[in-house]
Amino acid sequence: MTITEKILARSARKSKLSPGENVWLNVDILMTHDVCGPPTINIWKKEFGNKAKIWDKKKLVILPDHYIFTSNKEANRNVKFLQEFARQEELPFFYDITQQTYKGVCHVALAEEGFNIPGTVIFGTDSHTCTSGAFGLFSTGVGNTDAAFILGTGKIWERVPESIKIIYDGTLPKYLTGKDLILWLLKDITTEGANYKALEFTGSAISQLSMDERMTLTNMAIETGAINGIIAVDDITKEYLKDKVKVEYEEFKSDPDSKYFKTIKYDITKMLPIVAKPHSPDNCEVAHRLKNIKITKAYIGSCTGGKLSDFVSAAKILYGNKIKVPLFAIPATTRIEKELESTFYKMKPIKEILIEAGCTIARPSCAACLGGPEDTTGRAIDGDVVISTTNRNFPGRMGSKKSEVYLASPYTAAASAINGFITDPRDFL
Amino acid sequence: MEKIIEGKIFVLGNNIDTDQIIPAEYLVFSLTDEKESAMYGKYCLSSVPLSQSGLPEGNIPFIKKDEIKSEFNIIIAGSNFGCGSSREHAPFALNKAGVKVIIAESFARIFYRNSIDGGFLIPIECKEKIYTKCITGSIAKVDLEKYQLNINDKIYELNPLGDVLPIIEAGGLFEYARKSNMI
Repeated sequence: MTITEKILARSARKSKLSPGENVWLNVDILMTHDVCGPPTINIWKKEFGNKAKIWDKKKLVILPDHYIFTSNKEANRNVKFLQEFARQEELPFFYDITQQTYKGVCHVALAEEGFNIPGTVIFGTDSHTCTSGAFGLFSTGVGNTDAAFILGTGKIWERVPESIKIIYDGTLPKYLTGKDLILWLLKDITTEGANYKALEFTGSAISQLSMDERMTLTNMAIETGAINGIIAVDDITKEYLKDKVKVEYEEFKSDPDSKYFKTIKYDITKMLPIVAKPHSPDNCEVAHRLKNIKITKAYIGSCTGGKLSDFVSAAKILYGNKIKVPLFAIPATTRIEKELESTFYKMKPIKEILIEAGCTIARPSCAACLGGPEDTTGRAIDGDVVISTTNRNFPGRMGSKKSEVYLASPYTAAASAINGFITDPRDFL
Repeated sequence: MEKIIEGKIFVLGNNIDTDQIIPAEYLVFSLTDEKESAMYGKYCLSSVPLSQSGLPEGNIPFIKKDEIKSEFNIIIAGSNFGCGSSREHAPFALNKAGVKVIIAESFARIFYRNSIDGGFLIPIECKEKIYTKCITGSIAKVDLEKYQLNINDKIYELNPLGDVLPIIEAGGLFEYARKSNMI
């Protein structure tokens, strides 16, 4: 069996299962946020009525992160709804925005707070819940009805997916990041190439990647249509988890004779920095062929591209340079926000490098990755051409329907902000 | 579950993502409040580029100005319908706009689940590229017993609903679970 099949079998309390089978899973963590939390809770209340009882409060994690720093009254109402619910239910894992406990972007916070326990099954009301799969676990997104069902029962049905094995071999060149690796895959298999499949990432390049970079890969698994992305536990995973996860966990690995729907192999030393053009993450072209594209804005942030390693990469390019177009830097979490001050490149804190280059740093949240209310920092307006480290560039995704979004690595985004047009970061490295 | 669904078709292409179905800025509206939830119908499919809206000609708004329901209750589309975010607001919005059934070459997983488990609409797959062969505004009949689509007496075969049929017949995941004494 593959790693995904083994983890699903454990969750379904079965010794064996195969792709195509529908199984009922026992969920280890349910995660929700301010956009889908309130409707999920409303469905749970309506459907269970007087019997509504959270199946296990220790397994529910609520991380408001989407529309936080806004004057939009409906958005604020959603956050208040969650505060009230958490108070009534005395939830142990509610990360309130008015408290010191505020974290920021849910998928990154799940990792930081030690909820990503290898071998477990995580469901979240967000399609990028697949990010957690970087920790050798099964994680995927669901809608409100499914989440409400989990909230009351701890169970959900799922069809066991076939797996696609993606092998990245070679040493990562200094001008590439996890973002380039996943965009190359998208270029090749398209936004539907892995529909309902598990994406299993492996190869010598993976074993050299930090957890931040691995999370960029599993994060964008959903962009290929995959149900989950997964990377088996190794020493780098264990080192990351050392001071975060105190419980024993199971490490699963695919059997050598596992069956795959398909295997795709890359020599990453041959890859070049790549950019996804409007309006789809699979509409890719190498960066150096897009020099004629003038940009109006750059954006570094989100669950995909707002991790510490993303800002360190950007800082390497921005060091000693000034940006020509506004660059919005939005750390995914409050922890990363602090780490920007305590992490150095050439003896200078990352935060200082960003500020000296002219970047606007805003408080942690999903911010303009998905547009958001009118007053969202960095939101795309009519005529904007944005280069962004986020995950989607569908029409209107970052705000205005009359804007264009190019997806790229933090290296490419930073280099482009300096020049004012799309730039291959090799020009700076 | 209605076995025969008749109405006007609205034709779309490939990769209709959830941002096109319901842009994220509208997700702040309540799904339970009657007046607010009507906004989901009003803005349904509002981010589809106009040239792609109502194929083959395009330039047909799914929702007429100042209305909250669509004149089209059957959608015919290409592959990967509903890709992108997990927002259940997407099938909810289509339901609010009056859509009963979507016939597509393929669906993205979360959208497919949400449509069925929430009891919002019936997502049904087809083998051929029907969306390239029909015209927005045509009258169609979907037969869910024979799994056939009839447009102007031309019959297209549809894929059976398979394992998820009992959930659709029950009207959603909760109704299904109650019927089978799970909850």
